[in-house]
Amino acid sequence: MTTWPILSVTTFLPLVGALIVYLSRGDDEAARRNSRWIALWTTLITFAVSVILVMRFDPNSADFQFVEKASWLATGITYHMGVDGISLPLVILTTAVMPFCIIASWKAITNRVREYMMAFLILETLMIGTFSALDLVLFYLFFEGGLIPMFLIIGVWGGPRRVYASFKFFLYTLLGSVLMLLAIMALYWNGGTTDIPALMHTAVPRSLQTWAWLAFFASFAVKMPMWPVHTWLPDAHVEAPTAGSVVLAAILLKMGGYGFLRFSLPMFPLASHDFAPLVFTMSAIAIIYTSLVALMQEDMKKLIAYSSVAHMGFVTMGIFAGTMQGVAGGVFQMISHGIVSGALFLCVGVVYDRLHTREIAAYGGLVNRMPLYALTFMVFTMANVGLPGTSGFIGEFMTLLGTFKVSIPTAFFATFGVILSAAYALWLYRKIVFGALVKPSLMSMKDMTLRECVILFPMIALTILFGVYPKPVLDMSAASVQQLVNNYNTAVTAVKAAALLH
Amino acid sequence: MVQAIVFLPLLGAILAGLIALAGAHARNPSGDEVEHHGDHGHGAHAHASASINEDASVIHETHHEPGDGHDDHGHGPAEPPAAGSRGAELITTGLLFVSAALSWMTLVDVGFNGHDVRYQLLPWIFSGDLQVWWTLRVDTLTAVMLVVVTTVSSLVHLYSIGYMDEDPNRPRFFGYLSLFTFAMLMLVTADNLVQLFFGWEGVGLASYLLIGFWYQKPTANAAAIKAFVVNRVGDFGFALGIFAIFMLTSSTDFETIFHAAPSLTGKTIDFLGWHADALTLTCLLLFMGAMGKSAQFLLHTWLPDAMEGPTPVSALIHAATMVTAGVFMVARLSPLFELAPTAQAVVMFFGATTAFFAATIGLVQNDIKRIVAYSTCSQLGYMFVAMGAGAYSVGMFHLFTHAFFKALLFLGSGSVIYAMHHEQDIRNMGGLWKKIPYTYAVMVVGTLALTGFPLTAGYFSKDAIIEAAYASHNPFAVYGFLMTIVAAGLTSFYSWRLIFKTFHGEPHDEHHYEAAHEAPLWILIPIGALAVGSFVAGLPFKELFAGHGIEEFFRESVKMNPHIIEEMHHIPETIAFLPTVMMVLGFLVSYLFYIRRPYLPVELAKTQPMLYQFLLNKWYFDELYDLIFVRPAKWLGYQLWKKGDGFIIDGFGPDGVSARVLDVTRNVVKIQTGYLYHYAFAMLIGAAGLITWFMFGFGGQ
Repeated sequence: MTTWPILSVTTFLPLVGALIVYLSRGDDEAARRNSRWIALWTTLITFAVSVILVMRFDPNSADFQFVEKASWLATGITYHMGVDGISLPLVILTTAVMPFCIIASWKAITNRVREYMMAFLILETLMIGTFSALDLVLFYLFFEGGLIPMFLIIGVWGGPRRVYASFKFFLYTLLGSVLMLLAIMALYWNGGTTDIPALMHTAVPRSLQTWAWLAFFASFAVKMPMWPVHTWLPDAHVEAPTAGSVVLAAILLKMGGYGFLRFSLPMFPLASHDFAPLVFTMSAIAIIYTSLVALMQEDMKKLIAYSSVAHMGFVTMGIFAGTMQGVAGGVFQMISHGIVSGALFLCVGVVYDRLHTREIAAYGGLVNRMPLYALTFMVFTMANVGLPGTSGFIGEFMTLLGTFKVSIPTAFFATFGVILSAAYALWLYRKIVFGALVKPSLMSMKDMTLRECVILFPMIALTILFGVYPKPVLDMSAASVQQLVNNYNTAVTAVKAAALLH
Repeated sequence: MVQAIVFLPLLGAILAGLIALAGAHARNPSGDEVEHHGDHGHGAHAHASASINEDASVIHETHHEPGDGHDDHGHGPAEPPAAGSRGAELITTGLLFVSAALSWMTLVDVGFNGHDVRYQLLPWIFSGDLQVWWTLRVDTLTAVMLVVVTTVSSLVHLYSIGYMDEDPNRPRFFGYLSLFTFAMLMLVTADNLVQLFFGWEGVGLASYLLIGFWYQKPTANAAAIKAFVVNRVGDFGFALGIFAIFMLTSSTDFETIFHAAPSLTGKTIDFLGWHADALTLTCLLLFMGAMGKSAQFLLHTWLPDAMEGPTPVSALIHAATMVTAGVFMVARLSPLFELAPTAQAVVMFFGATTAFFAATIGLVQNDIKRIVAYSTCSQLGYMFVAMGAGAYSVGMFHLFTHAFFKALLFLGSGSVIYAMHHEQDIRNMGGLWKKIPYTYAVMVVGTLALTGFPLTAGYFSKDAIIEAAYASHNPFAVYGFLMTIVAAGLTSFYSWRLIFKTFHGEPHDEHHYEAAHEAPLWILIPIGALAVGSFVAGLPFKELFAGHGIEEFFRESVKMNPHIIEEMHHIPETIAFLPTVMMVLGFLVSYLFYIRRPYLPVELAKTQPMLYQFLLNKWYFDELYDLIFVRPAKWLGYQLWKKGDGFIIDGFGPDGVSARVLDVTRNVVKIQTGYLYHYAFAMLIGAAGLITWFMFGFGGQ
């Protein structure tokens, strides 16, 4: 059909953009404007190219598509790229969110604009690469490489406690990745290759499964983040600039979930089955624990960060339920959360840019001056609460439904999140938007500008569209998810049958 | 036709919403330039002193249009009405009337001609064996609800044009009202549990928005959140019920579920070692949702607080339609409940308890709207008693008649409140019948219907419920019968108390009394129509809902207990007469207390202070819940945050390490170039080098 390496082009286009930004030297206003525009156009073109991916994608096939393979480091370690129904939605999410991030930073970032834009563009390449790499080494490079630009974005353009936050972020994630590196090497010894599709069809001995699963889990659980290794997230979010928070919440958190789907379940099905109760427990605790903590937050971003941890709890729970609805719901929840939490952080950014504080108590009664903002924030608050008709509902509902079949207690406790999320989200909304406008500092607040509307209104449209008609996303991932679930169940039942024979 | 009924209100909501948004945006310009004063403290100070001069009305400085006048509502600063208010009102109201007319036609077509319809609109959630469609399903049960919802809603729209005429945010109000109607219609036309849940939460959202419509009032905001969160507690059960049903039947479609239901008897669900009967557990979980939405005992606390919303909202949402969604749900799922007698017993227990408990609180309340609210709560309990008895159509009958007379009572109260310039305390009223005779007349009609005066609508439906409770074989049948009988007397007492204290006796607030006047036609026409409805909704429909016409009229849409109607017709004469006796008794006591010997209630309250305080404080449920749920949750949240996250995880976990590294790095950064990212790149290169070495090293082997 096509001969040009469309997936590599999508992946490395942002890098080219970063190079152009680098080459356009100077630090005056014109140069800053240039780098903004270059970054914006790069992300837009990347998005346009990724749309071609969607159009040419065959949703009925569970196999990897747009596959590219070239020799690279050694035998068995190749440059191998490709996407299936699980990774493509995440690729699109990445390319779609990036232009919004650039626009959101348009005025907020005035210092080292050139470097900032480069960091974002490099980050985009690394994120797309993570989702489309089909070789473990390649994956690892993209996966860990993404840490660096994010580390810089928090550490250089962040808030007052940015150094603390960025190191906490780095340390947490590095800890997990060292273990993952060891597991990758073990897999290489076992199978003689780091090719992911090949490894999926390589039987891994039971004992190695357990250890490799744990090693991968250490890395992905931190990324997710799952309770109790979540404490880096609130700090990172609070200190990151708005666009940094958006990328962090919308995309970087999805790498953990993607990792579970790409590695843990297909390569170590037996270990996944053995450890499912552990994941269920951690997920249920995460949902209740972090929701309760969110209730007491005084910082807008921290509250949303804690709610993100709770929502990711639904994802891990659904994935390890190993049922069609659970896994598909997990994928959908990741996409939905990417849009909704990204938009929520943008909403925080809107008022933060005006008042330069994230303290909830500093706000109140914004609806009196900012009706458009009130509407926007309401939509995303409701999506966060999981109101049917918004995309937030579909993911939550499907993961719970899928989990109920496997583990009723997990679903039972996780459903408490439905009550608690309503409590903290509506409380936040009331404190910020509702009430009388009495604080003098808020008197001169003005409503969202055209630029801010351009960012947030498409996200409103998507949130409602996917809430009413989630079929595009569900269909895209259905075949791959079905295959994943079938393979997982076959492996698990085979072992159970074997155990019965003995 | 059904599509038009459901989606015309949505269209109205969207148009009104756009008008509201355009108006609000025109008044509040965009801009991200906030005046940043070089010295922040100084700037704030300057602003504060400026705002003192402007007095409380902060918005005035930006608007110079005349005519904002005084604000009788007392809800924050006055604003000029948004442009296009009248347009939004007429669009939404007009569309609703069309929708209502079509609904009546549908009722005839479906109920009498037997043309059930089902439209599949759009696929919704498709994943493996989970297949959920957006569907409109209309059978008789739905058609009855369509009529109730659209009729009351269109009248409330019309009423609101008059009632809200001083409010600057009318387009938003009408948008919300129509949005609510749309969600409610989606709820009643659902063909599967998930769409039912969509409507369920959708009405919850609209209710939240409308209770908090006057968002500058802290009490309104608190009430709105309370309503949403308490409903979510119910939805917790509802959601689990859906999951359980899906696990048992692999479907959420009503037809499939009902088809599979008989084969589910005897199955169990294991939950933490407890082997629960599958159907019973499922029904109870679903009923938990109904309890939340219909404000039943234990989950009722949000309903009285919801009276913070504008009165038309109370009439539409918190009396006639949304709160009856729970009743509708049980009727819709009657094929399941009929197979789970234990669940039915629980339904009857909660219904009967609520009927009695809410009535006792209603006895002593002084806010006119809260009296009617507790009355609603109590009447919903009646409906659940009928559901528990297996007499679903009888419960639906009461739902149908109740919608008319309770909406009438609310809207009539609204008319009183309007006349009294937003005074709601009945202790400050009195003698009003001379000033507002029309309102007085319709309120009396509403009260007659509520108390079950012969030949009014409530007479037929309420007596039928009490008879059903008597005739049923539910373990709680006797309890249900006694409670509803006692509650009938209490209902009569508090209803007449309201009438006597409001309209009779001496005026207690001369100032308001003198200014009282009859409301405009916008208000009088809808209450007149509802007054007519409070009469004619009874007798002509008696046979269809509670007589021999049930089989033909409802057909497959509800699954009745096969014997209940027959047995209802064979109960002793004395029993059948008892509700009327209780009604008269309640009236006489009320007459004695508030007309003949007005000092009696005061003395009674003095001699029984414990009981009086207990009732006045609503059985102390708010305090209790605050003590056992709200505060512990907050305490736990705080402890988990500070101790769990901060002390344990961060302290013993990687944060300890991180802190050490941080100290070291800080010093290094200070000594060296101070550029953080130099070190980051050094780390990257180091990590990459390490990986490459490992890979090449092992790759070469």
